Amino acid sequence: MDINSLLSALPGAAAQGLIWGIMAIGVYITFRILDIADLSVDGTMCTGAAVCIMMLQGGHNIFAAMLAATAAGMLVGLATGIFHTAMGIPAILAGILTQLGLWGVNLKIMGKSNQAISVDNYNLLVSLRYVKNAITDKNTIAVVALFIIVIIAVLYWFFGTELGSSLRATGCNENMARAQGINTNFNKVLGLMLSNGMVALSSALLGQYQGFADINMGKGAIVIGLAAVIIGEAVFSRIFKNFALKLLAVALGGVIYFIVLQVVIWCGIDTDLLKLFQALVVAVFLAVPYWKGKYITKPKKIGDTAKGEA
Amino acid sequence: MLEIKDIYKTFNAGTVNEKMALKGLSLTLEDGDFVTVIGGNGAGKSTMLNAIAGVWPVDGGSIVIDGTDVTKLKEYKRAKFLGRVFQDPMTGTAATMEIEENLALAMRRGDRRTLRGGIKEKERQKYKEMLATLGLGLEERMTSKVGLLSGGQRQALTLLMATLKKPKLLLLDEHTAALDPKTAAKVLETTDTIVNRDNLTTLMITHNMKDAIAHGNRLIMMMEGNIILDIRGEEKKKLTVSDLLHKFEEASGEEFASDKAILG
Repeated sequence: MDINSLLSALPGAAAQGLIWGIMAIGVYITFRILDIADLSVDGTMCTGAAVCIMMLQGGHNIFAAMLAATAAGMLVGLATGIFHTAMGIPAILAGILTQLGLWGVNLKIMGKSNQAISVDNYNLLVSLRYVKNAITDKNTIAVVALFIIVIIAVLYWFFGTELGSSLRATGCNENMARAQGINTNFNKVLGLMLSNGMVALSSALLGQYQGFADINMGKGAIVIGLAAVIIGEAVFSRIFKNFALKLLAVALGGVIYFIVLQVVIWCGIDTDLLKLFQALVVAVFLAVPYWKGKYITKPKKIGDTAKGEA
Repeated sequence: MLEIKDIYKTFNAGTVNEKMALKGLSLTLEDGDFVTVIGGNGAGKSTMLNAIAGVWPVDGGSIVIDGTDVTKLKEYKRAKFLGRVFQDPMTGTAATMEIEENLALAMRRGDRRTLRGGIKEKERQKYKEMLATLGLGLEERMTSKVGLLSGGQRQALTLLMATLKKPKLLLLDEHTAALDPKTAAKVLETTDTIVNRDNLTTLMITHNMKDAIAHGNRLIMMMEGNIILDIRGEEKKKLTVSDLLHKFEEASGEEFASDKAILG
């Protein structure tokens, strides 16, 4: 149990956590704002990297590659959205169908089950190698942090617009939204596209970071995304009330998740059991609000009566 | 203003639970009519309102609002003609959004949602004034989440949202049924004020015969998916609860069974 080995692993965990934080912001859009658990992200988390790396290998510019990856993610969201709204398939099942279909699509994009890309031969934005001892403007943590700030700024603006507000209303109360003339189906598709676009962008960064795309890299992604959302909310909900800060909390949730994971690995847990451990941790965190409502009754405060009435 | 012609609706067709909820219902409302709707459970009152609102398509017949045939229009597209308040106070508002955000959503009913700001500064002043007319102190809580409001406050807010942009037709589906008597009376008073002020064409379902008689210029009674009684003008003004019960027995050939309708 050498503490130095843990400390040296932490910057990598933070970088990875930030990259997954972008993915978690995507999950937040569907899970918290639209109130849909979108499982297609398990597939999208590979699609983004696959598209990005194949584009780079094909000699395209890094920004074009990442834009294409994001667009591919949005197409995934479009597919899930059409399954759900136009075909009336329950959202969870729609996501599972997309995820299954993507397995084939991802294999076709890559031509085989994995594709590597070397940071020596390509001008990548982020990489394992740029975490420690890299000059500031090349440092992966700084680059990803910049991405997150821009994404949060754009989302903050968007969800304040007429369209963004109508999207929030759709997730909060569909009946009310339709009664106010809001096209709820369109909004759900739009939200799924936005979310999966974000996930694919995160995937494209992850592919560059680890230097390869692999058909299995999205397995359990939704669980990691949810974990980041829940941890972020649990840790920061008392101090972060503003929407932009809530999104930041989600991204930081990703960092905390990967640091905890690193500590757990350092403690010597059998890594075969890691996914089981992840699933159980997320299950417990998801259960907390339910248990709170069921077993803890708070004395009623004056002025608080409003909530229960109706 | 509203012309319903011969509409039919059957739920669960072809199953043991098949229920013909509307059987060739026709109804015409004049501009400015304030119609109260009564009838027992399962008479088709809410079904009629949902048919007008387009919650699902009807099986037959046509619905015309102010000269526009809306029979085939989707619910969200019809919304531009309609203001709606529901029985459940939770249904009419977005609980996790602020009071002013809810109002801003309602202000844009029927408009295309663009990428412009969701709420403008000069709107806030207007909302503040409108909220003040409710007399609930909500104008001081514009940025509070609607989920923090009581049922009565939420219904009053929903009513304001439904009429913020003047609707061609206001649909009230037992909007006071879930409230305590005092709050219900207050919300009904507000309803009267708004309807009279804007001269709104209104359909109001109620379980309370006294309310049905006291409000509006016209009263219809429904049974088994059709209108069995239509009283208006002078005749309506003179109407009493016992008249109504008597007329019900006459029209239907049976006693009015719902205690709630009599006592409520």
